Amino acid sequence: MLKCLNAIIISSGLFFAAWSDAASSEKFGLGRLATQQEIKAWNIDIRPDGSGLPKGSGSVVTGEEIYLEQCASCHGEFGEAVGRWPALSGGEDTLKDDDPVKTVGSYWPYLSTVWDYVNRAMPFGNAQSLSVNDVYAVTAYILNLNDLVDDDFVLSRSNFKDIAMPNKGGFYNDDRKDTEIWSAREVCMSDCKKHVEITARARVLDVTPEQEAKRSGREQPTNKSKAETSQEASLAGENVKLLLRGEKVFNKCKSCHALGESAKHKIGPHLNGIFGKAAGQQTGFKRYSKSILLAGENGLIWDNRNLTEFLISPKKKVRGTKMVFVGLKKPEDIEAVIYYIRSADKE
Amino acid sequence: MKSNKNHSRRNFIIGGLAAGGSVVAGQALSAGDAAIIDKQPWSNELGDGVDVRPYGFPSKFVSNVKRRNVEWLTASTESSVNFTPIHELEGIITPNGLCFERHHAGIAEIDPTQYRFMINGLVEKELVFTLDDLKRFPRENKIYFLECAANGGMEWKGAQLNGCQFTHGMIHNVMYTGIPLKLILQEAGLKGNAKWILAEGADASAMTRSIPIEKVLQDCLVAFAMNGEALRPEQGYPVRLVVPGWEGNMWVKWLRRIEVGDQPWQHREETSKYTDLMQNGKARNFSWEMDAKSVITNPSPQAPLNHARGHTVISGIAWSGRGKVREVHVSLDGGKNWRKARIDGPSLDRSVHRFYYDFDWTGEELLIQSRAIDSIGYVQPTKDALRKVRGSNSIYHNNGIQTWHIRKNGEVENVEVS
Ligand code: HEC
Ligand code: HEC
Repeated sequence: MLKCLNAIIISSGLFFAAWSDAASSEKFGLGRLATQQEIKAWNIDIRPDGSGLPKGSGSVVTGEEIYLEQCASCHGEFGEAVGRWPALSGGEDTLKDDDPVKTVGSYWPYLSTVWDYVNRAMPFGNAQSLSVNDVYAVTAYILNLNDLVDDDFVLSRSNFKDIAMPNKGGFYNDDRKDTEIWSAREVCMSDCKKHVEITARARVLDVTPEQEAKRSGREQPTNKSKAETSQEASLAGENVKLLLRGEKVFNKCKSCHALGESAKHKIGPHLNGIFGKAAGQQTGFKRYSKSILLAGENGLIWDNRNLTEFLISPKKKVRGTKMVFVGLKKPEDIEAVIYYIRSADKE
Repeated sequence: MKSNKNHSRRNFIIGGLAAGGSVVAGQALSAGDAAIIDKQPWSNELGDGVDVRPYGFPSKFVSNVKRRNVEWLTASTESSVNFTPIHELEGIITPNGLCFERHHAGIAEIDPTQYRFMINGLVEKELVFTLDDLKRFPRENKIYFLECAANGGMEWKGAQLNGCQFTHGMIHNVMYTGIPLKLILQEAGLKGNAKWILAEGADASAMTRSIPIEKVLQDCLVAFAMNGEALRPEQGYPVRLVVPGWEGNMWVKWLRRIEVGDQPWQHREETSKYTDLMQNGKARNFSWEMDAKSVITNPSPQAPLNHARGHTVISGIAWSGRGKVREVHVSLDGGKNWRKARIDGPSLDRSVHRFYYDFDWTGEELLIQSRAIDSIGYVQPTKDALRKVRGSNSIYHNNGIQTWHIRKNGEVENVEVS
């Protein structure tokens, strides 16, 4: 009997070993150790105390070159911003105004934030493409744009912490619980005020997106992406694979170029009908560089070869072009994006 | 039974006449409604078979129900926001395809086989997980609202946008399936000086936010599903962070890394952005919790009253980042007098609540408002009370009471009142 019981206990013990209740144990034995190289690849963040900053340096002078080439098309030559892109300079002493201008110079409390953000997210559409020294240089130049360092300044890891940002003391922790709103717990239900008057109306400003937002405006469903729509047309001989690839590649152009029926000019001209056209000829685009206009007058036509060369390296093909773009490396990407751009004209 | 029927029919006719002699009711008296009398094609012909719509989509008659952006707000749609059409929704759950979008570098389309999740910093073991690894942790299902801290941000200086989609539409409420972040951190082993985490996204903005460790251990989730299906790409597929009750920017999408540290990182999204500038030129930071708030979604400027006087349903949503919504009050006279609204449907912690107020409209102009009180007793303030404390430059955390002006013809406008 005893033997028998033992046997039962042992076998059920085995049974339970395979089914141990995971929730009660601390560890699940999941995942694997990260390698040092993997951590280095992703662990790019910088803190105000300078931790995370890699070794390196960059001058205001080099920073200006990089900035004019890679940043000014959106942020403006002096950091003043083009259109609705963010400004990077100015705004000193405006924080109490009705229209405060919050920039690196007027608002940001820490320099580390500039380095970290430019390094992780800029230039927009080509993130994490700058070298360590380039990030130091551009950061130095942004400081210079805000009159915080001289023209001959060189920023490096060793002098990084010496830079004091003007608005460093401008922040305090959430104090909502100390305000009268927090403590106003009494609830009035009737005769809470004598007069009620309308003091402001949205219609006066009238900035609501168009009337189609109203219920009456019924539209046909248009949930399909362009490639999807064309997928249906694939029977008619469209190269869907190339088109899909082109649509993806075009993501790299989208921050500056629009394409398709309702396309407008952005940082760069819209690209409808560009294929076969002379350079610099998109009507209504007023910001062409002199170089591209001249190239057009001298007979540069956007055929397959010229477009390919331009997309490999805009600056090599058209010296002095305002198109700030590193260029596409893979020939298949270039073929696909040209195919995609052309497909817009067939619609 | 019979008398009941007669009763409702009588009501229908009288109601129709009272509403200014509606055409349908008039016809019903003589010949009858063509919608009934004539044979409709859908009652006669075969419709689409199965598999014509392998992933179903809404009726073509509701194609106007969609997210919309405000074009003049931003320079590019890749760093921009659009808005949930809350005036078209019912109940408390937001359908996945209508959850507002806020991207900083467009939608990252991540191949799940190439997805990796890393924990590094102040832990015993720095670890890497695949998506399949993550799914082997114990899971939870939780319904939470996500509200962008800038929801209503355009209204600080006064009534500006005509429609609750634009004034209040940076919110959604879905059921998440995810893993308590605590369990994953336990797997790595927190060191004694672990005080903060940095959450980082894999998109081209490499979004980062610092979060105090207490919050992380309390209720943050690493979510991979919403409303029963994989996260939508716009919402962070394959994995996003869920930070219940706290501002939406912290719910990092396309989550790829958690670093554990001993102090906040002071990154761009917690200094340049998501800090509340006050009138004195100083700014509040780390204002993470979302205050109690409510809005009437119907009627509202995009959804005017489509009937004349008589029985009228006011419907709206309320939520609080600090708990449940205990009560919602509705005013028809711009805040002079208030009535208790009826909360219907699930009342869950840090989830959207649906409220109704039914009344008999006399056909006169109205100034309708709603006011939420949450489970800790916080009362939603008026916009004027908020501005008294905050000025009008703080962009974020605008939870002031919204007023809609209803005209006699049923049209609705966004207004402010004294
Ligand atoms: C194609 C347009 C574009 C280009 C080129 C560009 N940026 Fe930006 N920049 C943006 C946008 C858009 C944002 C805001 C992104 C967001 O918040 O979603 C931004 C934000 C910034 C900010 C933060 C501003 C703030 O107040 O929060 C800094 C700093 C910055 N960029 C620096 C740079 C630098 C340095 C370069 C060049 C290396 C650069 N940018 C190139 C579009 C651009
Ligand atoms: C950072 C912004 C930016 C990006 C990204 C960009 N472009 Fe451009 N592009 C421009 C600007 C600005 C011009 C006008 C050039 C000039 O005036 O010198 C331009 C010009 C062009 C032109 C010539 C237009 C004409 O009228 O002659 C073509 C073609 C073009 N871009 C294609 C592309 C393609 C394809 C991509 C993506 C693979 C791309 N661009 C990415 C800004 C950009």
